[in-house]
Amino acid sequence: MGFFTRKRSASSAKERLQLVLVHDRTDLTPAQLEALKDDLLKAISRYIEIDADAVQIGVERDGRSQRLVADIPLKSVTNQRAG
Amino acid sequence: MTAQVITVTSGKGGVGKTTAVANLATTIAMDGKRVVCIDGDIGLRNLDVVMGLENRIVYDIVDVIEGRCKLRQAMIRDKHYPELYLIPAAQTRDKNAVSPSDMVRICKDLRPDADFIIIDSPAGIERGFRNAIAAADRVLVVTNPEVSAVRDADRVVGILEAEGKGNPALIINRLNSALVKNNDMLSAEDVLDLLGIQLIGIVPEDESVIIGSNRGAPVVTDPKSRAGMAFRNIGKRLQGEEVPFMDLDPQSGLWTAIQRLTGRK
Repeated sequence: MGFFTRKRSASSAKERLQLVLVHDRTDLTPAQLEALKDDLLKAISRYIEIDADAVQIGVERDGRSQRLVADIPLKSVTNQRAG
Repeated sequence: MTAQVITVTSGKGGVGKTTAVANLATTIAMDGKRVVCIDGDIGLRNLDVVMGLENRIVYDIVDVIEGRCKLRQAMIRDKHYPELYLIPAAQTRDKNAVSPSDMVRICKDLRPDADFIIIDSPAGIERGFRNAIAAADRVLVVTNPEVSAVRDADRVVGILEAEGKGNPALIINRLNSALVKNNDMLSAEDVLDLLGIQLIGIVPEDESVIIGSNRGAPVVTDPKSRAGMAFRNIGKRLQGEEVPFMDLDPQSGLWTAIQRLTGRK
């Protein structure tokens, strides 16, 4: 990366703080969040087939509150039959 | 009179709580209100030196609590502003000498005779912090645009919410607008976005703050100081006035243009 494309430190300060505040506020470590994701996916998979590679689960901030946001694409039954 | 109790806190130490208390108390007293400030940092007394009152201390807050003197006797009147008082912290090592209910009682006794009671909280989230917020009607959280200070401020805001002391207002202290412009310091907008609370003032980094505390004369008494102006504005906002936020960009604005023309830095 050249001088002009180097990311300045304020941006990394903000990104790092965004992450650390989510964990501070929820008392959830990154490892626990991973475990939660796995459990969630296992539970859902018992009922319906999901596209595990495209799953996105994370904590988002909204002012001072956080929400767990999950985007879990389902595999379509017709695709499966065709495949 | 029924005083409003304002507590200034931060989580992290060294971000400018004591400076903020000394300046806000002084500017509000300069506006003609009666202000009592209380140093809540038991064992690490500091507000007295920043206000230039260290040679006048006879009694402190622990003397009041333990009945060695009357509340009035522990109130030190300021040298220049007769409506400004300080109740100093004790230098005792016993951090449990003060309890939250002691603070509530002292503030209750002071309320009828003052317009504002401003409490300087110690750093941290332990007993001294709990004491400082116990009687608060309003809490001001001071932070610097820096990762550790912002993180600790967020922690404190979370505790205030849990304690039902919600809606704290934020003072962003020591903002260096040249660094912000270079994208090497979190901007006020970044800090506000991260913390998600209301803003009451942005104080620019300003060497006159150090000069002021060297002399025991808070920077609000210096009409030329930019930080002094920012604190004077916060003082007005605490009194219910609507004051627009200052233009902090050193390279732009009418203010700098005038300064450049008059040859002042």
